[in-house]
Amino acid sequence: MSETIKVPTMAEYMTQGKQPEVLFWVGCAGSFDDRAKKITKAFVKLLNSAGVDFAVLGTEESCSGDPAKRAGNEFLFQMQAMGNIEVMNAYKVKKIVTACPHCFNTIKNEYPELGGNYEVMHHTQFLKRLLNEGRLKVEGGKFKGKRITFHDPCYLGRANGEYEAPRELLQKLEVELVEMKRCKTRGLCCGAGGAQMFKEPEAGNKDINIERTEEALETKPEIIAAGCPFCNTMMTDGVKGKEKENDIQVMDIAEMIANAEEL
Amino acid sequence: MQYISNILFLLLLIAGIGYFTKNIRKVIRNIKLGRKPHVTGNNKERWGNVIRIALGQSKMVVRPVAGLLHIIVYVGFIVINIEVLEIIIDGLFGTHRIFSSLGIVYDYLIATFEILALLVLIGVIAFWIRRNIQKLKRFWSSEMKGWPKNDGNFILYFEMVLMILFLTMNASDQVLQQMGSAHFTKAGIFPISSLIAPFFENFSEATLIIIERTAWWLHIFGILVFLNYLYFSKHLHIMLAFPNVYFGKLVPKGKFKNNESVTKEVKLMMDPNVDPFAAPAEGAETPAKFGASDVMDLSQIQLLNAYTCTECGRCTSECPANQTGKKLSPRKIMMDTRDRLEEVGKNIDTNGEFKPDSKQLLGDYISHEELWACTTCNACVEACPVSIDPLSIIMEMRQYLVMEQSAAPNELNITMTNIENNGAPWPFNQMDRLNWKEEA
Repeated sequence: MSETIKVPTMAEYMTQGKQPEVLFWVGCAGSFDDRAKKITKAFVKLLNSAGVDFAVLGTEESCSGDPAKRAGNEFLFQMQAMGNIEVMNAYKVKKIVTACPHCFNTIKNEYPELGGNYEVMHHTQFLKRLLNEGRLKVEGGKFKGKRITFHDPCYLGRANGEYEAPRELLQKLEVELVEMKRCKTRGLCCGAGGAQMFKEPEAGNKDINIERTEEALETKPEIIAAGCPFCNTMMTDGVKGKEKENDIQVMDIAEMIANAEEL
Repeated sequence: MQYISNILFLLLLIAGIGYFTKNIRKVIRNIKLGRKPHVTGNNKERWGNVIRIALGQSKMVVRPVAGLLHIIVYVGFIVINIEVLEIIIDGLFGTHRIFSSLGIVYDYLIATFEILALLVLIGVIAFWIRRNIQKLKRFWSSEMKGWPKNDGNFILYFEMVLMILFLTMNASDQVLQQMGSAHFTKAGIFPISSLIAPFFENFSEATLIIIERTAWWLHIFGILVFLNYLYFSKHLHIMLAFPNVYFGKLVPKGKFKNNESVTKEVKLMMDPNVDPFAAPAEGAETPAKFGASDVMDLSQIQLLNAYTCTECGRCTSECPANQTGKKLSPRKIMMDTRDRLEEVGKNIDTNGEFKPDSKQLLGDYISHEELWACTTCNACVEACPVSIDPLSIIMEMRQYLVMEQSAAPNELNITMTNIENNGAPWPFNQMDRLNWKEEA
């Protein structure tokens, strides 16, 4: 990457006695997974270009605890949650944005009872707000007129009722949005939730991500848009399984916006 | 002698309602075997849900064909029940069509009942065709073999017979009315049964009276049998749907219950002032079991869920695991929970209190494999027309497996160890969390 991105940490802000507008919660996938790191960087570029005063926790961030909780390890989940809450409360965090719907859901819904009360937004909601405030410009660019289908992440959609923010952003990109048969409230899971990402699926006659990818392919898309690093992995694997990786890309909405602007 | 039929009717009514009450009390007792739930959120929202989801059937129409048919049967069922009130009064006091004094209102009321009865009949036949001829997949899953399949059909036959009896009663009644038969006062408009009335016109008055009385008695008898059949069938939803929707989840679907007994433990662990070797205080309650292995560990709402489930299978047909051939079926989770609860209930009936039977919900009814196939995607919860939450039961049982038995799949144990050691599900060092910033 030629240009540099600006990623201040909460610790740096604190030494300067400053408080950022929002904490960007990167999440484990966004920090370590090669594919998801690209999403993280694309989102940071958007934050930089919109002049958003943000910071990350960096090495002070730890797993939100979502996979532990959904695997049934409430103990580990609460340990993680309380550790994170302690760090964030010490920094007096008020607002959080994250590109991972699992972190989003957990911090927004499950941290309050353990003492962590924040305004939490998914990155598509945050980008939509930036757009409405005129701080971010979203134009079609190279995606104009492209056939795109959007896969609803369960933990953004059904879990939290947000179906419109990602779609509004796609509309702004002037794409031709085609919906899959199972979408929004009835969207089919990619197969990664509930800690399935980290284990082999139980015996069946098909993998869930293949089922979902086949449904996405039925819409004849040029791009499958996602809003979750795990869905992204599952759909990317599905597309590869169908040997369509040369024709069809799986992209996060943040990447699409950043690419459209050629940031 | 002349009061014999009134007395007979009274006895029938007492027996019918009495036995039903006895069984409903059993349902309530069984539900109370569960843990006391924390019901939070405002009542207004809960009543709003009852009106919208239960009374208004808002979630039924997500599937338009089944939804519409169900609304017809549901409205028919409720409205035609006004007639039952008249039947009861007539039966007790030996009157005939006591409400006929309402005049024209009564005429239209009867006409409405008749039209609804026909619609219900058509609806029920359509349901039967969907189950048995069209063989919709969700009615033929593995958990629907044997009793559940027959049960579904019995309900439909019941309703068909009741509607046919109702129309037969009216048809013979109107012919008797035209004959000027004593006791059969002229009342009611019969738009549907008048179509079958010509069939009865050549019968003698005595025969017609027998037909009319037989249909009348069988109709009320059928209703009482149906009422009592509810407890033994999957059909309790016609009553329990309302409280069940009332107690439905109000918070976002993604918010899973906080396990407070764990919070207590974790807080102790994180408190530097606590002596980790201290013996528990005298009389301190033993910490609650983590998660659920049997029905008594579930909450009363979850047990109410199990009694409310009518096995429509919408949850299962939306479940990603089930659609891809995994063993998990959210409907089966609910059916198993009810079956086990009934078993526990019978155990209490026989022994006075629950005598351990070396069985439990986990393992004997619901397998580990089913539990580990869940993606927690909430599709089942979203699909349920009466706000049942099968996912919450799956989560409680996973908690038991992991925290009480350390019985997670090995890959998940590795994942959890990673989270514990380095704060991520993968074995990356927490100190490398910001490395992406420098990577090209």
